[in-house]
Order: sequence, then C-alpha cells, then structure tokens
Amino acid sequence: MARKSVSMTKLALTGNEAVAEAFRQVNPDVAAVYPITPQTELMHKFSEYVYDGKVETELIAVESEHSAMSAAVGAAAGGVRAITATSANGLALMWEVLYIASGLRLPIVMAVVNRALSGPLNIHCDHSDAMGARDSGWIQIYSENSQEAYDNALQAFRIAEHSGVLLPTMITMDGFIISHTTEVLEILDDAAAREFVGEYKPMYTLLNPEQPVTMGPLDLQDYYFEHKRQQVEGMYNAPAVIEQVAQEYAALTGRKYGFIEAYRMEDAETAVVVMGSAAGTTKDVVDTLRERGIKVGMVKLRVFRPFPHEQLAEALSHLKSVAVLDRCISFGAQGGPVYMETRSAMYGKEIPIYSYIYGLGGRDLIPSLVESAYNDLFEGTPDPKMRYLGLRE
Amino acid sequence: MSELKGWKDIPIGGLIPHGGTAFDYETGSWRSFRPVHDRDKCIDCLDCWFCCPDNAIIAEDQKFKGFDMMHCKGCGICAKVCPPKVGAITMKPESEFEE
Ligand code: SF4
Ligand code: SF4
Repeated sequence: MARKSVSMTKLALTGNEAVAEAFRQVNPDVAAVYPITPQTELMHKFSEYVYDGKVETELIAVESEHSAMSAAVGAAAGGVRAITATSANGLALMWEVLYIASGLRLPIVMAVVNRALSGPLNIHCDHSDAMGARDSGWIQIYSENSQEAYDNALQAFRIAEHSGVLLPTMITMDGFIISHTTEVLEILDDAAAREFVGEYKPMYTLLNPEQPVTMGPLDLQDYYFEHKRQQVEGMYNAPAVIEQVAQEYAALTGRKYGFIEAYRMEDAETAVVVMGSAAGTTKDVVDTLRERGIKVGMVKLRVFRPFPHEQLAEALSHLKSVAVLDRCISFGAQGGPVYMETRSAMYGKEIPIYSYIYGLGGRDLIPSLVESAYNDLFEGTPDPKMRYLGLRE
Repeated sequence: MSELKGWKDIPIGGLIPHGGTAFDYETGSWRSFRPVHDRDKCIDCLDCWFCCPDNAIIAEDQKFKGFDMMHCKGCGICAKVCPPKVGAITMKPESEFEE
C-alpha cells in the first residue's frame, strides 16, 4: 500500500450512506432527487445534509426521474455541478434525457443503485438497469462494496469534468447487497476530499452574459454525426484521465483502482469475470479452490464504459478458458452484455469463453454456484449456450 | 454555403459559441394560420407581446405595433391571450393570403 498522506476516519455505513457522505463532501451546487427503492435512502440521507446546513446544495425535489435528469441537465448547462441518483425503472424513465446529458457534454454525476426492471415487479439487485444505458454515452463505474462506492463517487467528478472528457458519469452499486449493508469503510477528511475533487470550472455556461452561448440547438444531417464522433473522442480520452485520477487517489488514500482488478491471476489456468458485489463472493471461492491446489483466478471489471478491452484481454490471454458472469440478460443475444464485450475484447484468441447468467432479481449468488462455474471450466466442455447459476429447471 | 467543418474543428456538444441564434431561424415558414390585428379594438395591454413564444410581436412606445412575420409561426397564443372582451387578434388560414 502506498503511504497515506491524509488522515481518514473509519465509519460503519451502508453503501447508500457512503455515497451520500461522498456527495456531502463534494458539496455539489444542485441535486435533483426523486425516490425509488433501493436508492431512496441515499438521497434521503443527502437531503438531511441539505436541511441541516451541512452542504450549500440547492435540492430540487422533482416529480419524476425524467424531471430529475432534466433538472440536472438544466443545472449543468447553467454551469454548475449537478448530481442525482436512481435505480431500475427510475433510470429507465430517465432514458431519453441520459442521451441529452451526454450529447450536450454535461458532466453530471449520478449514483445508480442497481435493481431489476419490472415486470414482474422486483426491487432487488440486477444490472439490467445500468446495462440498458450502456450505449447512452455515460461513463459507467461499478463498485464491489461500500468503500469502492464511496471512492468511485469522489473520483467520478474529476473524470466527468475533465476538459478532455466532459461526459456524464454513473457510479453503480448493487441494490440492497451493497446499498443496504453496513460495512466499515475509510472516509477522507472533508478538506482533503474537497481538495481532491476541486472546484468545477465549466467551459461554457448559459448564465454568463459576457459570453452568451446556444446549447442544444437543432443539429441535422450536416453536423449531428460529427458531434457523435466527438463523444467517442471523450470516451477515448477517458482512460488516461481515469488512470490519472486513480493514481492521485491512491497517493492520497493508499487505495488503488484500475479498470479491472486481477485477483490471483498470475498462474491461473481459468478465471471468472464479474462486476459488482459478486466479486467478493468469487474471491472467496478462488481462495477455497486455491487451498485445494486448483489454479483459478478472478477478474473484476470496475469500468464498463469506456470498456477496458486491452487490459481485460491482457489479463485473460494466458488462460485455458474463461467464464463471464452477467447479472443481466440480453434477450435473444448469445450471452450477457459483459460476456459479449469480453468475447469482442478476446477476438482472435483461441480461448473458449462461456456466458453465465446469475442473480437476476436479487437471487443470491452463493459460493457453491460460483464454484460450479469453475468446475465446468475444469471438468468438461461447458455448454456453448448461455448457462444459468442458481436457476431452477 | 460555407464549407462544412470536421469534428475536430467545431465546439463540442452542438454548442454555438454565441447567443441570439433563434433570430436567424425563420420560424415564419412554419405558419399555417396568420394572426390579424384589429387596431380599433386593441387596448395596447401588450399581453400578446408578453406571451408570444417567438418574440414576434413588435411593440413600440408601449403600444402594439405589428407582427414580425419572419418569426411568427402562427401558434395562435397571441389571439388566445388577447382579453376576450377585446378580441383584437384573429387567426386566419394562410391560404386566404395566397395569390
Ligand atoms: S401567432 Fe404565435 S408566434 Fe405568431 S405572433 Fe401570435 S403568439 Fe407570436
Ligand atoms: S393582447 Fe390584444 S389588446 Fe392587448 S396589445 Fe395584444 S392585441 Fe392589443
């Protein structure tokens, strides 16, 4: 661990409280909020900070998530730092405005507490909500636990607001599993957190009479395509910024973050690729199997957009086979979204890659299920079709 | 027509680095109904001027002066907000004005 240069406090917080704590430290100018389980507690906590005078944020209690994202867009266009948070159907209701936020290059930061989409109605963890927004032009960073959710929240502002990036950023955490579980984590002191995040200086604002601008004008066949290409460039520029920000954060806290986390991968023969809280369970399974002398590893994806295809391909390139675990189904596709990205990243390498769907609607991913995926990789030829962990036939 | 620029040479996000761009846009071409003003009825309350979404009511010395037909899109809001007892603006189909 790198030397820590600032003091930190250990607190027992839920994931929701941890991100609310990060938002309190950032003290954003505007927060547009609308409740939805399991996110509700996050903005509830943050609104307490607002009403207790602990932040100077203008809190707008809007009438829907569509309005929440619209209000965040308006605030960001006005040149201030804007946040919001949501889950599942709330994110779905924001959908058209997500594209406006990214298309207008407004660096909004949003916490997404992952939850299954209805119907049938389900309020538990599932990545289908955020995965549905994977092509919306937002940066997506996933968290394994409360500590990561807090750390990612602080880093998100620096990434989103960087002049070479200027893309809205969502940081996610697994609904209930992280959002409602109390864990001990380290919190930076307020001054250090604020200094790290820094002041937001918008490139343009609608509210500067010295430099009037027009935002969101009609953009037809002549220029729309070019503006989309610029968004791609923002995504191309993001990795260097994500890395730089992570390095500065590590110097401050001792906690290192990459695009991926490789766990016991050096001499691994097979590995599982996961995102979110399932990484914790998978690490335990890796340890158990390693004790039995079985050479397995795990790769956790932290950043899903921009997708770290080079880092992932490099981490997996020495393996005999790979299983990719998705907490989301892409109906009618060959596998889950993480699987398809992984296969693309591994194109040209003769390594079999298998798709496993798990945990939909909050179904528990118990260690024996992860173990069964490793067993498949070692013992037989896994079914080339999508497989399911913990599904009753 | 000016030559179209590449993606590296334009501001990001479709931003136009100056204001007042709506002025250059001829919303008048959208019009299928045209507001017609009756000077004798008008009481110069300027409610129409306040409410026109396209700044297409021209006022001078706090009096109704006329319409800016390059920008009037014929939405009819002015006719709607003109006080009912006054009724100084009537919307007429554009077809009545064609040669
Ligand atoms: S019709 Fe609509 S656009 Fe035209 S002057 Fe009246 S309010 Fe303005
Ligand atoms: S609203 Fe009617 S009365 Fe008032 S200024 Fe306009 S046209 Fe005249």
